Amino acid sequence: MTDFDVIVVGAGPAGAAAALEAARAGRSVCLLERGPYPGSKNMYGGVVYGRVLDSLIPNWWEEAPIQRWVTRRSTMLMTGDQAVTVDYRCSSWGEAPYNGATAFRPEFDAWLASKAEAAGAVLICSTTATGLLRDGTRVVGVRTDRPDGDLTAQVVICCDGVNSFLAKEAGLYPPSDPANYTLGVKETILLPREVIDERFAVRGDHGVDIEILGCTGEVPGGGFLYTNAESLAVGLVLSLPKLAACGRRPEEILAELKAHSAIAPLIEGGQVKEYSAHVIPEAGYKMMPELIGDGILVAGDAAAMCLAAGIWLEGVNFAIGSGAAAGQAAARAVQRRDTSSAGLQDYRRRLDSNFVMSDHRKLREAPHLVMSDLAQQQLPRIACGVMEQLFTVTNPDPKPGLRKIIRGQMKLNNLKLRDAISQGMKALRTFG
Amino acid sequence: MSTDSYPEISFETRMSSVEFRVHERAHITVDSKICADCSTRGCITACPANLFVSTADGGILFNYELCFECGTCYMVCNEEGAISWSYPEGGHGVVFHSS
Ligand SMILES: Cc1cc2nc3c(=O)[nH]c(=O)nc-3n(C[C@H](O)[C@H](O)[C@H](O)COP(=O)(O)OP(=O)(O)OC[C@H]3O[C@@H](n4cnc5c(N)ncnc54)[C@H](O)[C@@H]3O)c2cc1C
Ligand code: SF4
Ligand code: SF4
Repeated sequence: MTDFDVIVVGAGPAGAAAALEAARAGRSVCLLERGPYPGSKNMYGGVVYGRVLDSLIPNWWEEAPIQRWVTRRSTMLMTGDQAVTVDYRCSSWGEAPYNGATAFRPEFDAWLASKAEAAGAVLICSTTATGLLRDGTRVVGVRTDRPDGDLTAQVVICCDGVNSFLAKEAGLYPPSDPANYTLGVKETILLPREVIDERFAVRGDHGVDIEILGCTGEVPGGGFLYTNAESLAVGLVLSLPKLAACGRRPEEILAELKAHSAIAPLIEGGQVKEYSAHVIPEAGYKMMPELIGDGILVAGDAAAMCLAAGIWLEGVNFAIGSGAAAGQAAARAVQRRDTSSAGLQDYRRRLDSNFVMSDHRKLREAPHLVMSDLAQQQLPRIACGVMEQLFTVTNPDPKPGLRKIIRGQMKLNNLKLRDAISQGMKALRTFG
Repeated sequence: MSTDSYPEISFETRMSSVEFRVHERAHITVDSKICADCSTRGCITACPANLFVSTADGGILFNYELCFECGTCYMVCNEEGAISWSYPEGGHGVVFHSS
């Protein structure tokens, strides 16, 4: 007899969804979390895309602890003193079933974990899993830092986030390459609700999501600005090796973004409520580990299922999608009394048949493209340069033609037409 | 807009916005002798909590207390064995509220 049918390590969105689904299928489930409460160790940019919850928690939007529904989404390309913004508004995103919502992870993750508890999972917080228990190659449980803290199970689901020491210990990961990771830093900045409504031109519980390229200097990455109910989230995502080599610290690069003429008026007068940092598995599909072993499954960021590709920053939805699939597959394998790697293959099938793997497979080149010099350096400069020339009135000189302006800007930024076309085709193949 | 009208906060103020439930055991330790041979010193630039400080003798002074447990340092570290990294005891370390 094992202590539990299934042990889920990590009560982030992946772990909560895994525990919820395994408990619902009638299995005994332990959900382990090292923080004092679920979400206490977790930060992110700020938007949860909730449609993945439709099938798990009917009418989730009536109870999920959200800050604002995103009804305005902007993509900003900037240089030191210029910015071009594409701004999209959609009021239907402010009605059920909604699209994205800003939320605080300490609240959202705690809420999702409470759903797993309500389904019968046993949530144990303030407990760190320190290693795997094994019988030969088979995983049979986890060690924890509690006295007599060994716990046995038929399946261990690793939802222990980006550093996943458990998946590494199980031999499911090749040696990690820092180039596959980015560091995220963020400030939560307090501002009165009315000020946010005015500055961002939104009302009620509607909010804004701004993604920014060109704001990270020589370090490949991107920026973001989100509206919460009574605060803003302003942050950066920065390539790890390039950040380490650049000689400038993350908060310095963030201070530059905050001082930019397109951003400073939006955050002016706000008080920093909380500073936070976390690592992101940036390379997606290409860095995924083995997902299944004897008695073990890996889901969410632990399996690098985060889509971090410039204008997209999605991980919570992939964590929930993969976690739920892992919980269902583990429950089925326990019921059929085969929790070997072969018995757990149902997990892979479930992932392949839903958005988790198809999105990641489709967008496997996207992180590389978005982190390329073209997207990071040339594109923002060319876009801003073209706008400046297009709208600067140079009378008495006549207006230059658009084609000439674009050619001139490409030349100025060392972009050859041939490269632009080949990169453009690559982008079409990736995103098309 | 000039930056004077939006003064940047000090690093201490920034870090004082974060709750840390410090445990007596150091969950990360740095072997300063190994750091003395390191030419890149990426940890000094990249650690978001700015916990790695160069010492006069070419080593590293490190204090684990105000750590985000993010993993950046061991990933960018240049020298095998310089950093011993683990999570703090359950219930300890960084605690976020509004992130
Ligand atoms: C700066 C930044 C911005 C982002 N922006 C967005 C965004 O806007 N939208 C979006 O959808 N995604 C975003 N993401 C990605 C998203 O945060 C992750 O993909 C998501 O959190 C993954 O969920 P998870 O459950 O797999 O892992 P996590 O949320 O990391 O949860 C892992 C859990 O496991 C626990 N744990 C770890 N090890 C152990 C152990 N040994 N024992 C016990 N417990 C353990 C941790 O405490 C944690 O609670 C962003 C990420 C960052 C860093
Ligand atoms: S990168 Fe590693 S070896 Fe180099 S100084 Fe930092 S901790 Fe020491
Ligand atoms: S884990 Fe992150 S915050 Fe902690 S010392 Fe390492 S780099 Fe700094």
